[in-house]
Amino acid sequence: MNGLLVLPVVIPLITATLALLFRKSSAMQRWIGVAGMAVLLVSVAMLFRDVYGDGIQVLQLGTWEAPFGITLVADMLSMLMLGISAVMGLIIAIYSIYDIDKQREQFGYYPLLHILLMGVNGSFLTGDIFNLYVWFEVMLIASFILLALGNSRNQLQGALKYVIINLFSSLIFLFGVALLYGMTGTLNMADLALRLPEVENVGLVTTVAMIFLVSFGIKAAIFPLFFWLPASYHTPPVAISAIFGGLLTKVGVYALIRVFTLLFTQDVGYTHTILIWVAGFTMVTGVLGAASHYEFRKILSFHIVSQIGYMIMGLAFNTALGLMGAIFYVLHNILAKTNLFLISGIAQRLMGTFELKQMGGLYRHYPFLAALFLISAFALAGFPPLSGFWAKLTLVKAGLSLGEYVITAVAILVGLLTLFSMTKIWMTAFWAAVPEKGVPDHFGKMPLFGAGNLYIMVVPVMIVAGLIILVGLFAQPLLEICLTAAEQLLDPSVYIEAVMGPQ
Amino acid sequence: MDTILPILAGAIFATGIYMLLRQSLILTIIGIILISNSVNLALFSLGRISTENPPLIAAGSVMPEAPFANPLPQALILTAIVIGFGLLAFALALAYRSYKELGTVNQDELLEDPEDTSSAIVTHTENNENRDS
Repeated sequence: MNGLLVLPVVIPLITATLALLFRKSSAMQRWIGVAGMAVLLVSVAMLFRDVYGDGIQVLQLGTWEAPFGITLVADMLSMLMLGISAVMGLIIAIYSIYDIDKQREQFGYYPLLHILLMGVNGSFLTGDIFNLYVWFEVMLIASFILLALGNSRNQLQGALKYVIINLFSSLIFLFGVALLYGMTGTLNMADLALRLPEVENVGLVTTVAMIFLVSFGIKAAIFPLFFWLPASYHTPPVAISAIFGGLLTKVGVYALIRVFTLLFTQDVGYTHTILIWVAGFTMVTGVLGAASHYEFRKILSFHIVSQIGYMIMGLAFNTALGLMGAIFYVLHNILAKTNLFLISGIAQRLMGTFELKQMGGLYRHYPFLAALFLISAFALAGFPPLSGFWAKLTLVKAGLSLGEYVITAVAILVGLLTLFSMTKIWMTAFWAAVPEKGVPDHFGKMPLFGAGNLYIMVVPVMIVAGLIILVGLFAQPLLEICLTAAEQLLDPSVYIEAVMGPQ
Repeated sequence: MDTILPILAGAIFATGIYMLLRQSLILTIIGIILISNSVNLALFSLGRISTENPPLIAAGSVMPEAPFANPLPQALILTAIVIGFGLLAFALALAYRSYKELGTVNQDELLEDPEDTSSAIVTHTENNENRDS
């Protein structure tokens, strides 16, 4: 029993409530927003210390023993995800101070941001599959409103697609939960892991696994279920795009990793082969989509899809090395992707547009911003010594050691294509000459630091870029933690024993 | 009941899918409502329907008197209904707002690719004016 486990859920709730109380005051809301994220980060760090030192931490809510009550479980994977989401929450809260306009603030931007984080954290912590559905819905309703907040034409269009496909995916998820319950009579994930191997009808279990794959696949934006993502993620303000692009799809990936390592391991030959195919197509279609677009955030949105493929690939290998690569990839990708979104926001503030064809001259006038972009873009493409290199190296190594040469070759090729579209952004927005017309007056005159307060957006980007370099230079400790997480996933008996007691 | 409910759930699900694929946004949302209800029915019937004692624990004992009915599916469905209600209320509000803003409920027209994507962003100068006022 560890009481700290409720904090990542309770702190955002308290923060959201406080922010609602000060709805009228933008200044108060911003302070509360940032402070709440900072407190969350501290609480996650304390919990991380416990999990790192003493192994998996469990809390039975209301002291109802598992499998009857709702269990919160923190293993290493949950902790890593919680940690990165808390860091990103803080970064986004700071960035939002400048990026989010007063109207959105008064219509509840900060409370919603924290409720979103509450849903995300709850999903990472819960040990109960029905409870996971509930946290997904908490996260979804907050994301629906964040996406539509502001009511511009584009946002409404994006939100409609996003809302309908996500409602549908949640219903499929719920149906899968119903089938699981009908087969085993339990909803606790550890108990399910014990009971599922006893189910005689293996075919039905595999069918449920596929239902979960479709449902989480829609949320994680895997092939062929990703089309909603590039159609909606580029519509809201950048801070919202960034938190969506960084975190939300990764919650889907987390759920996939959880169910395909803990629950559905009966027919690995079938399910994980499908995962490999899906991973390959996700990588390729995503990166090709990115290559054909000329809108900054749309390119980044397609890259989210492509990168999800790598994570699914690691999961599909189902070895310690593969899972370690997948987890490391998630962490690296959240950093790099969020940062690229944040940079696109700064570029838009300076140039007045996201259309690459109407941009140019950023390198000449803002070399520092260009350097920040290069760090994140190279990390995404996988240049040593940045974080992406180690992520890709681990996955490639895992693929080669299994003899999966085709998918490994695809992964390397997609890395090259990623570099191609990053170069495209670099060549047009940063390197090309300043376009002759349509450039706002303040371009070239507004400094990154100083008058105009643009630094509020630049400092978070600098912090994340710093983290990317740090993760790259000192990859070994983090890789070891990821390996611990992967080993815990591959040996579910530890997880089961932590939740259910000795068997 | 054991056979009727699953068949009913399947039929409602199929109808829901048909409605989901219609062109009008309102019909699509009705499709989601139908699917939501059919999933709830499925959840209910998968929890096993039986005519046994109510699961009430008499004073002084720790277990209800066996054989007792399974109360959990009802708790699950109640949760799912409440969540579904909230989400659908939001979806309807969004549809209404889109109709007001875009003037149509035909999804072919509604979901045409937007040309200018930066309209959601308040420009730098506007933003500062908003701040100061």
